[in-house]
Amino acid sequence: MSEKEIDDVTNVETTGHEWDGIKELNNPLPRWWVWVFYATIVFAIGYCIYYPAIPLIEGATKGVGGYSSRLELQQTMADVEAGRADMLERIRTTDVTEIRDDPELARFASAGGASAFKVYCSQCHGSGAQGAAGYPNLNDDDWLWGGSVDQIAHTIRHGVRYEEDPETRYSEMPAFAGVLPREEVLAVANYVRSLSGLDHEGTAMETGTRVYMENCAACHGDDGLGNTDLGAPNLADALWLYGSSHQELVSQINNPKHGVMPSWGDRLGDAMVKQLAVYVHGLGGGE
Amino acid sequence: MTTVDQNGKAGGGLEQFDVEPVNRRDRQQPLYAPRKKIHPKRAEGAFRRFKWLVMLVTLGIYYATPWIRWDRGEFAPDQAVLLDLYNRRFYFFWVEIWPQEFYYVAGLLLMAALGLFLVTSSVGRAWCGYTCPQTVWVDLFLVVERFIEGDRNKRIRLDKAAMNASKLAKRVSKHAIWLLIAVATGGAWIFYFADAPTLLSDVVSGTAPTVAYGTIAVLTFTTYSLGGLMREQVCTYMCPWPRIQAAMLDEHSLTVTYNAWRGEPRSRHQKREQTAGTAAGDCVDCNACVAVCPMGIDIRDGQQLECITCALCIDACDDIMQRLDRPKGLISYSTLASYDHNMRLAQLADGTIDPGRVHTPEGRIAPEVQHTTLRSILRPRTIAYFTIWSLIGLAMVVMLATRERLELNVLHDRNPVSVTLSDGTVRNGYTVKILNMMPEKRTILLTIEDFPESAMLMPLEKDEPRQAIFLDVDPDSLRAQKIFVIADPGGLEGQQTPFRFRVRDSAGSERAEYDAIFDNGGAR
Repeated sequence: MSEKEIDDVTNVETTGHEWDGIKELNNPLPRWWVWVFYATIVFAIGYCIYYPAIPLIEGATKGVGGYSSRLELQQTMADVEAGRADMLERIRTTDVTEIRDDPELARFASAGGASAFKVYCSQCHGSGAQGAAGYPNLNDDDWLWGGSVDQIAHTIRHGVRYEEDPETRYSEMPAFAGVLPREEVLAVANYVRSLSGLDHEGTAMETGTRVYMENCAACHGDDGLGNTDLGAPNLADALWLYGSSHQELVSQINNPKHGVMPSWGDRLGDAMVKQLAVYVHGLGGGE
Repeated sequence: MTTVDQNGKAGGGLEQFDVEPVNRRDRQQPLYAPRKKIHPKRAEGAFRRFKWLVMLVTLGIYYATPWIRWDRGEFAPDQAVLLDLYNRRFYFFWVEIWPQEFYYVAGLLLMAALGLFLVTSSVGRAWCGYTCPQTVWVDLFLVVERFIEGDRNKRIRLDKAAMNASKLAKRVSKHAIWLLIAVATGGAWIFYFADAPTLLSDVVSGTAPTVAYGTIAVLTFTTYSLGGLMREQVCTYMCPWPRIQAAMLDEHSLTVTYNAWRGEPRSRHQKREQTAGTAAGDCVDCNACVAVCPMGIDIRDGQQLECITCALCIDACDDIMQRLDRPKGLISYSTLASYDHNMRLAQLADGTIDPGRVHTPEGRIAPEVQHTTLRSILRPRTIAYFTIWSLIGLAMVVMLATRERLELNVLHDRNPVSVTLSDGTVRNGYTVKILNMMPEKRTILLTIEDFPESAMLMPLEKDEPRQAIFLDVDPDSLRAQKIFVIADPGGLEGQQTPFRFRVRDSAGSERAEYDAIFDNGGAR
């Protein structure tokens, strides 16, 4: 269509396109609209130069502004760290037993410990620190290695039976299978059940008492109250890490299970260990 | 299809229709009609005086309210009306509303809606004509315009005049004052959201929050453009209210009415008509009612969407009637019912109006004419609205007067639900949230009810477990206290034991309770 067609009614040029007798008018766009359109083109050119924009075979153009979303994330993380730096420094310079004396510090430490616990500890101890068979419940008042805040901090820092750390909590109960005759093992298991008032047979008590005093009392104590210095569990309470049935006790005497916990001091740093200790101590069983 | 040739003869001998296209080129109406500027003339009279009073009161309330002080003690703000968004509190004189009591605001909105129904069905669009902010601010802007540019005729002349120094000075000063009013309007708004004196000094010194300046800027823009530039177009084109209100009017609602039954037939030449012996109504077609109308309409065309019932035409017409020594009220507040009654009275069988039928020979209004009185307001519909409206209000007042200012919420620990301790007892953890909604420090006694086997203690405290704990709660705040409840499962039946936490103001009688559950443990 080389010739311009002018619409009769409006005196406006048509585009020459026709649908069912209806022709499209070629009205000019509003001036302001055209200028906005040009402005967006100018903006887009500037954007492509300033920001990473054009994909290449490997990667994309970097843009002169040096922007990257990773950099932005790093910056945000650095800002968060900087915001916490002051409190963390105070925690580092405060003895773990004195953090509780400052309510603001205690709140910060407890909150920090709670989030770190979810990341590093919940795999074994559970998200609510409720533990599982073989993994201690940290909510209760029964502590293998002591429940004061500095004892807890030491356990977290150096771990339990973690041989790469020379200061780790370490103890090992001997396996009595083959050392003690079978009937003596059965008798002492029966006696241990009696210590916490569980059902037991009255017949073998004498043997059980004798075997206990000779082999067990050194670590677990004459009354079976245990010893947190040695990590010897309290046998006279209601909480049993590896079960309280006669069979489970016999199995533990013959072939003791020993829990292992890694040391976290080097990995998490002093401030985080203290925060974790404050959190765990505040769960309800802290001494 | 039949085609018509150039000569207008239908081909094939067919008839040519006598029809014209609606949009014939030489008669086309533009789809867009530019605004005709309105130059309302100043009106004088009872309604104008009443409107001045309403303007004074409404603007006074708007600007002055944030500055009213109200002593609530040292722990709460002393501003009588304050929407404290940051601390999520709403203060209204002696009432303090917390976010969870927002239903009071819902109640207020209900009352506002019903109140509007009530007002509209009884006195028509009184809201539009007297108290709507658009009306009030346009009125205020018109005062400024009149003060600087003069009344209607002077303004029309000024509009037509070429730009010169004097016109420029008038225009600049008018818009400057408008902008000042607009800034003051936006400025007053923000004081409802923060301590007014502090915020004012912050705003002036440039240290106020950005949102304060932003709010002032937005409200300055809207006030200036809606009140100064757009005016009646806001009511006619933007506001949904005229449409809604029109639906709520009935034949007993008061509206500004041109009483055609006594005005028609209108004539500018009354004397000549009289000598000629033709009938002439009271209307002298002076157009005073149109000149004063801020909406620029002619009320004599009857009820129309644009009419905001500001009643200025009543003032204008009454003035003319008085000067002509005729009874006032040619334009008046009237109901459609009495208008129809009088119209039937005035109309002859052929529908033309005979002024003689509603006038005495002396030119007074005939006694059979029905006058609208305020009694028209009392109707079953308005009484029903009023009853519902006041019942809601009464219910809210009762609720406000008897509401508790001490609340208790309890969250049971869920992970773990219960912990067995070394002595075989079971411990449950709860986060006890005590809301002290009074602006004073209170000592609250927390007790366990219906669970004698149990005792409670707070984490890390050395005291013995007990059934009652005193807790200090700061003024106007929430204390979330972790509480451990310990019980020996030996004496308990089943998996759960229901019990109650109770808090009591140790100094007063206020109390609150929460039904809680103790997990007896041992199921794992």
